[in-house]
Amino acid sequence: MKKPVIQFENYSFQYRSQAKPTLNDINLTIYEGEKVLIVGPSGSGKSTLGHCINGLVPFSYKGEVSGRLKISGEDVRELDIFSLSKKVGTVLQDPDGQFIGLTVAEDIAFALENDYTPQTQMFNKVAEVSKMVEMENFLDSSLHHLSGGQKQRVSLAGVMVDDVEILLFDEPLANLDPATGKYAIELIERIQQETKKTVVIIEHRLEDVLHCPVDRIIVVDDGRIISDMTPDELLASPILEECSIREPLYVKAAKYAGCAITSDMYPARIDSFQVDDCKDKLADWFIKVNGPQPKVKTETILELNNIDFGYTSGKRTICGVSFSIEKGEMVSIVGKNGAGKSTLSKLICGFEKPSSGRIYYRGLDITEDTIKDRASRIGIVMQNPNQMISKQMIYDEVALGLILRGVPEAEIKDRVFKTLKICGLYPFRNWPISALSFGQKKRVTIASILVLEPEVIILDEPTAGQDFRHYTEIMEFLVELNRQGVTIIMITHDMHLMLEYTPRAIVIAGGTKLADDTAVNVLADSSIINEANLKETSLFELALRAGISEPKEFVDRFIAYDREVRQKWQ
Amino acid sequence: MAVEMLSYIDRQSPIHRLTGVTKLICFMIWSSIAMLTYDTRILVCLFLFSIFVFIISKVKLKEVAFVLLFILFFLMINNVAIYVFSPQEGVKIYGTSHVLFEIGGRYTITIEQLFYQMNVTLKYFTVIPAAILFIVTTNPSEFAASLNRIGVSYRISYAVALALRYIPDIQRDFRNISLSQQARGIDMSRKEKLTKRIKNAASIIVPLILSSLDKIEVISNAMELRGFGKNKKRSWYRARPFQKIDVITIILFVLILLVSFYVTLHDGNRFYNPF
Amino acid sequence: MKNNLLSIKTIVAIGIGAAVFVILGRFAVIPTGVPNTNFDTSYGFLALMAVVFGPIAGGLIGLIGHALKDAIFYGTPWWSWVLVSGIVGFLIGLVSKKINIEAGNFNVKKMILFNVVQIIVQAIGWFLIAPSLDVFIYAEPANKVYLQGMVAGGLNMVTVAVLGTLLLGIYAKSRSQSGSLIKED
Repeated sequence: MKKPVIQFENYSFQYRSQAKPTLNDINLTIYEGEKVLIVGPSGSGKSTLGHCINGLVPFSYKGEVSGRLKISGEDVRELDIFSLSKKVGTVLQDPDGQFIGLTVAEDIAFALENDYTPQTQMFNKVAEVSKMVEMENFLDSSLHHLSGGQKQRVSLAGVMVDDVEILLFDEPLANLDPATGKYAIELIERIQQETKKTVVIIEHRLEDVLHCPVDRIIVVDDGRIISDMTPDELLASPILEECSIREPLYVKAAKYAGCAITSDMYPARIDSFQVDDCKDKLADWFIKVNGPQPKVKTETILELNNIDFGYTSGKRTICGVSFSIEKGEMVSIVGKNGAGKSTLSKLICGFEKPSSGRIYYRGLDITEDTIKDRASRIGIVMQNPNQMISKQMIYDEVALGLILRGVPEAEIKDRVFKTLKICGLYPFRNWPISALSFGQKKRVTIASILVLEPEVIILDEPTAGQDFRHYTEIMEFLVELNRQGVTIIMITHDMHLMLEYTPRAIVIAGGTKLADDTAVNVLADSSIINEANLKETSLFELALRAGISEPKEFVDRFIAYDREVRQKWQ
Repeated sequence: MAVEMLSYIDRQSPIHRLTGVTKLICFMIWSSIAMLTYDTRILVCLFLFSIFVFIISKVKLKEVAFVLLFILFFLMINNVAIYVFSPQEGVKIYGTSHVLFEIGGRYTITIEQLFYQMNVTLKYFTVIPAAILFIVTTNPSEFAASLNRIGVSYRISYAVALALRYIPDIQRDFRNISLSQQARGIDMSRKEKLTKRIKNAASIIVPLILSSLDKIEVISNAMELRGFGKNKKRSWYRARPFQKIDVITIILFVLILLVSFYVTLHDGNRFYNPF
Repeated sequence: MKNNLLSIKTIVAIGIGAAVFVILGRFAVIPTGVPNTNFDTSYGFLALMAVVFGPIAGGLIGLIGHALKDAIFYGTPWWSWVLVSGIVGFLIGLVSKKINIEAGNFNVKKMILFNVVQIIVQAIGWFLIAPSLDVFIYAEPANKVYLQGMVAGGLNMVTVAVLGTLLLGIYAKSRSQSGSLIKED
């Protein structure tokens, strides 16, 4: 008989500021040594569930609790957040927020310092734990020199110094590039194997988490637990689709082809998935469905010619990058964290000046143009909308750029309303921005750029932190803009976004251009994948195993078909 | 933004080897002396001593030149201002007036005034090498531990550590916001009218402040989850134990303090009067 | 824990607040047009933080922020003015209970209260304490430092009146729940 470590009994929780309970009548037991994944769309209550386990609810976020929650046998009401933090170690989503110390060693030692641990003991413990997460050679590094994946490993080490019983990961993959995400999942698996701790992962990137086995998946929607079963059972059921959570792509493809997925086909992982019975159906489906419409060639709108750049003299961040973009294209620039993608977008917008090389816009040399001049041709939307919004009302925010350019008032009104309509914000035009959701704020920032009528828009990670439904919403909106003639460049490390929405991908690694090809070709080339920290898509493997002779074409057709299906739930 | 700032310079030197606590105490003693005394003899001795310490520290002049240039410029302006506002301050202080040459009325140049202004300048020269050294030879990680050690509550000490930790992040955010607002047409240069400049600045400051307030929530959750504030005391990973040299240094500085006070105050005046 | 004067949130607010104060004070100063005089936006921010997080946070943000700014950009803290930044932050923070910005309204009455207080507080700080300390510590000529105090204090009053009031208004709005919003066609 296994020992229960987390027990929710008829548990409900309502935030003080909210009208309705966020969690409703939760009954859930997690046993010692289990590895459990919690999935659910944004606003489903899955993060709140995590907060209940680590004690932020109700100790930091106040509200009304009913029912009971026991952590390793003790009622949470009898505990405080500090004694809970000795049992539950939490790795938060945002590594920059979680990383408090100035250097790696200090950050790992943070909890020990708070316990007034003698120094020698701290040195030993930090050495031991840092080895476990393979950061022992970086103890004196300042966090500004670490990659996103390294920061996350430090965060993990920081909670492991406490010998907690439960490790709770809150969206561990959100800020990582695909290869680093894969490594993170493998690391969690290894640590669980070694320490036998209970692991709870909250994440919506289901396929990526399933790269390593999990015991159970809990689906949360609308504050309730919808299902609680093994991955194989869940993938065989229609539950994920009903909650609009993205299923693993190979499972989705098999379902489209009309195969009945059952748990004894082991659908949880591509390498265990038994495709033999669906081979014929997949082959038939492949012939039946159409691929994407090929784009017609148009004129070149933007051209980079042999661009060199470095923030400090002597160290080049960008070396000899050249490419050209055609009018009406939708292109992604991909590569690992710190490869130079963002720097490249800054160079295009004139935020930085290249040390050599030229930039042309419709054949015109714009290398020396000011930021403002360039902005009426090329707009940039930053990742975090909160860093762009400076007005309180939506109308004022969108109108700002026009007012600053001295456009007559009547025309401003016209253009703002027109833009708000395109962005689906017109009904909210008199709302304060603070009342909007994250996704809506993102649209406000896109609208405030769009209103200047640039022909090219650059978006930095347009869908970061969004669940599947919002992801689809934002991306379909961008596709619509693209159809209206706006050229779109996206900077991303989301492989699926690139595959799904941008026919062409430019891969940057170590400041140079590694590849410039169709998205499918990029993901079919294992040397590019390795060098740029990308990840192959499971659709290839499915196609290969189903004996389909043109796997790339299979991927293309799947994506075209899938998008059509999803457009219906708009 | 190629704005330079002083930061820790990692190097092997006797000054670097002193613990943060020692350096903090010595820096405070040094500042107090330089603030209180106007005794030229002491100031000269202190100045020479601080040059000597600077040399031992192996910090190169080049590495801090930008700050020195700024300070020299500031001192120049300040000296001019003192002269413009109070050309006979020296006469008032020293009680005599040795006219060097006449330039009509109150702007007549006296030796007393020159001597007084030389003292003002010397006062800065005394404290500046010590202050710069303190900043560039103290590991920021150790700084919070040192504050705690000299009696500042560990909560406040940690607030200082957080400020040091997040200054580069906030600077990066500020730059990104400022660039993206410039792309929308905001002009931060002097070309614009004043009222407009203020409005424009607000459109950069507001997003910076609001996104920083969001940070406060995330960081305090992270700290709470890792047990910050649980105990009355806290240990520090980067704290370093006192060595013999630390004790000697502190004793030396206390002696300097006592001697300076004695010399300065034994005639009942902060100023040394050669006239 | 709850009875503690310095909650974790306040400590973090002090740390982040000081960092923002440093960056604003160095990079977001608006030249007035008269040489060497600037509108220092960091004081508008300091007033916001003091009202939101209270006197201790306000005082420490001013103190730590100003000392760090002077130290890392200008080589040495100018202690007399650093101290006054702390005093100003602390004293403005004393009205934080009265204004109760978390409640989500910042009406005309509170606006007037805030501005009256900030003007009195800054007058004491910049017109009186800062120059007196300069005379005492640095033995600078009195008429020079009092004029400097007047100019800087006056500018800071204007900055806080404009920017501080604006920021408080925005902050208050972000606290209020907007239940009465309707979509329009």
